[in-house]
Amino acid sequence: MSASLIFLIVVALAAVGFVLGRGRAMASAGGDIRNLHSLPSYYAFNVALSALVPALILLVVWLIAQPALIENRVQSMIPQDRYADRGELSLIMSDVRRVADGLDLAVERDALTREEASSIRTEFTDVRSRLADIGVALGSDVDRTTLTAAQRYRALNATGNAIRNALVILAALAGLGLSLWKTNHEFRARNSVEKVVMALLIGAASLAILTTVGIVLSLIFNTVEFFKLYPAMDFFFGTTWSPSFGGGSELGILPLFWGTFYISLIALAVAVPIGLFAAVYLSEYASPYVRGFAKPLLEVLAGIPTIVYGLFALLTVGPLLVSVFGEQGGLGWMQGGTAVMTAGLVMGIMLIPFVSSLSDDIINSVPQSMRDGSLGLGATKSETIRQVVLPAALPGIVGAVLLAASRAIGETMIVVLGAGAAARLSLNPFDAMTTVTAKIVSQLTGDADFASPEALVAFALGMTLFVITLALNVFALWIVRTYREQYE
Amino acid sequence: MTDATNPAGAAPAPKHPSSLLAADVRTKRRNAAEARFKAYGLAAVGIGLIFLVALLFAIIRNGTPAFTQTFLTIPVELPEAKLDKNGNRDPADLSKVTTFGYAPLIEVAVARALEENGIDSPFEKQKDLRNLVSASAPAQLRDYVLQHPDDIGKTIEFRMLASSRVDGYLKGRVTRDSLARDKNLDAEHLDLVDQLQAAGLIKKQFNWAFIFGADASESRPEQAGIGVAMIGSFFMMLVVLALSLPIGVAASIYLEEFAPKNRWTDLIEVNISNLAAVPSIVFGILGLAVFIQFMHFPQSAPLVGGLVLTLMTLPTIIISTRASLKAVPPSIRDAALGVGASKMQAVFHHVLPLAMPGILTGTIIGLAQALGETAPLLLIGMVGFIASNAPDGIASGFLAPNSAMPAQIYEWAKRADPAYYERAWGGIIILLLFLMTMNIIAIILRRRFERRW
Repeated sequence: MSASLIFLIVVALAAVGFVLGRGRAMASAGGDIRNLHSLPSYYAFNVALSALVPALILLVVWLIAQPALIENRVQSMIPQDRYADRGELSLIMSDVRRVADGLDLAVERDALTREEASSIRTEFTDVRSRLADIGVALGSDVDRTTLTAAQRYRALNATGNAIRNALVILAALAGLGLSLWKTNHEFRARNSVEKVVMALLIGAASLAILTTVGIVLSLIFNTVEFFKLYPAMDFFFGTTWSPSFGGGSELGILPLFWGTFYISLIALAVAVPIGLFAAVYLSEYASPYVRGFAKPLLEVLAGIPTIVYGLFALLTVGPLLVSVFGEQGGLGWMQGGTAVMTAGLVMGIMLIPFVSSLSDDIINSVPQSMRDGSLGLGATKSETIRQVVLPAALPGIVGAVLLAASRAIGETMIVVLGAGAAARLSLNPFDAMTTVTAKIVSQLTGDADFASPEALVAFALGMTLFVITLALNVFALWIVRTYREQYE
Repeated sequence: MTDATNPAGAAPAPKHPSSLLAADVRTKRRNAAEARFKAYGLAAVGIGLIFLVALLFAIIRNGTPAFTQTFLTIPVELPEAKLDKNGNRDPADLSKVTTFGYAPLIEVAVARALEENGIDSPFEKQKDLRNLVSASAPAQLRDYVLQHPDDIGKTIEFRMLASSRVDGYLKGRVTRDSLARDKNLDAEHLDLVDQLQAAGLIKKQFNWAFIFGADASESRPEQAGIGVAMIGSFFMMLVVLALSLPIGVAASIYLEEFAPKNRWTDLIEVNISNLAAVPSIVFGILGLAVFIQFMHFPQSAPLVGGLVLTLMTLPTIIISTRASLKAVPPSIRDAALGVGASKMQAVFHHVLPLAMPGILTGTIIGLAQALGETAPLLLIGMVGFIASNAPDGIASGFLAPNSAMPAQIYEWAKRADPAYYERAWGGIIILLLFLMTMNIIAIILRRRFERRW
């Protein structure tokens, strides 16, 4: 029985419990609803939930834990001398899994009987060709260890599934029986249902913490793994980035940092003045009509997916810049369309609405009395803005700029498409450079195995990125919050 | 009184001669600064809007050609001698003839069409005509023959895709100059194309296959479509909707209505606001490490993409849901509690329904955000392959490898053939249409149902 079938059975049991619970409650009240502690539907829900919740929790935990446990058990069957490092082991394991899946498929299609599948030996049968007959392609011939491991894998999976099915159904039945037994007209069904619902609400809210924990753990584990293979000092202070999957790669983060920093700087140089002036104009000068039409239009820029900006950089802005600053323009500064300038400009466009709407909020929250005071003393509107409103709003604006910076540092698609792939330390903004995010993508896409330092470095890059953006965000939010409190 | 302070009679010229009627130098300067400042602001808004217009202009100008495609309509003879040597129409025998066997038929058909229309072919060999037609044409012909074995021996009119170079010539992307370095097509071919177009055999038509079709291999841009990726995106959005709406609403209800002020809820709050600002690529790393490395979910599956995007959109949905819960006035809760409802009943029976329009608006906007997100999908492997098969069922829709619209656009943008750039822009038009629809629905919902208390 598959997991989905079990799920359906549990749901069906819960539905049965719903009807039974309601009936039993009504019966115990002598058919008079006034004798019940809670509304009848609460009794019904109480029984249904007690059947559903424990069984489903068990099922989910089992589904997550079983593959990992079996993986471990089967891994220990493969002799130590068969593999040199974890990478090879994971290749062997993926072979094992594929053979096991193939055997499952063969049984399903009646190409093998159940007994044959668990007893065939490589000495007697050509497993690879038999699996190929039913459409399971294997990269290499199946040797004995792989086959026995695969058979063991299947056996463990089968027992695991059987125990799981039995336990889940048992849990559902037990929950059903217990809650039915408790159901009578004095039972406080509403309170117990509300307790369960409350637990679910808390669980949902805690998912945010779980996500953070997941992010941190997945980054830390793989980063530690990476630093075992590659010295941390070389990573943080190396000035060359030249990964080669054959080995002997140099993975210094500094060129990537420089690219990230340079592109973000250009992006902010575009976005901050434009965004800030736009915010000032929209909040202080514009008529309600102009504001009502310009503000949403500017915010459209924020709603456009980054892949669109990436394509815009690659195919429109890049060639345009080359025609001005490249060989044809007579300057010859720019070799190709992908460059720091390209990515920075486009990213700046993307950040304009971000800066402008945040600053707009902050400028609007400066109390009107301060403007009135300044205007009353004879200052012009622009003097009021420059000497009263903006200084008062400054901490908030700094916060907004920092948030925009953290956006720029974490932005991926624009730099993947617009900034180029060469990691270099250069001052020329028309050179192609690359960033931390772009390299995470390039190191983790493709068929690299996860155990090589060239792939694991992406996790270390991700970790640095996460820490930097987190620090920027926390700092920015702190500034914004302390500032807000000032005028409330 | 001024006389008293000025006993000398004739007042000396004051240091700052001022009149209410004529502005002095200083006032003029200040007013000029004022006007300048205002102009800067206006210019900033203008620049922002110009960028928007430029972006939309680039998208529309480059993308619309993707919706038309050049087709060649010619009669093709299906000779029995070549397709069915035994003459028994046995499907097994028919399928033995590979697409290589069909390619010459097309060459013959093109040559004959040229002859009939009185066009002189500049080529010695018929083989050179092959490059006018898409490489997908033989497969199309073969599929037709396998489905209609009875048509063997007849001459049937076929509408075939022209090759991408020919298509590009009709759209102005390929010129005679740019063909100088091209191995696939010569300037002579283009002369032929001109004549065929005049004869009405080659035509640009609306290309439904781009919207509903599957991706094609790198060498056949004329055949590629975004349909399968659209299905992938659809299944991903189903996962996101099914998970993020209930979880997001539950979390917001707890935080807004029930949560006591303690360390744990503070921690949750801080976490949510930080997760909203974590770069999307980091969520991709999370998905790769947890769902694929640890839990062994299938790679490239919309299910995994949906899970990652759920985690990403949850903070957005929670923030907007909390705002709309907060907007429901406390009097509603008090009234419910006053007539004897429990706190939970007050929330679920009264507050939640009133907050629903706001919640749905926030959810739709969160979904739109998720639909356009690309970076995490790159890491869980939704690129780098050709999404050529539409899923054949619901389970395979969730679990079989597929692409998603933004990932497909990225994939096309990376391919070397410039014909694919046009497809990428076209894909963006479709993606933006989806996003626009969703946002308009959200705005209508808000206008129609939002209540001001």
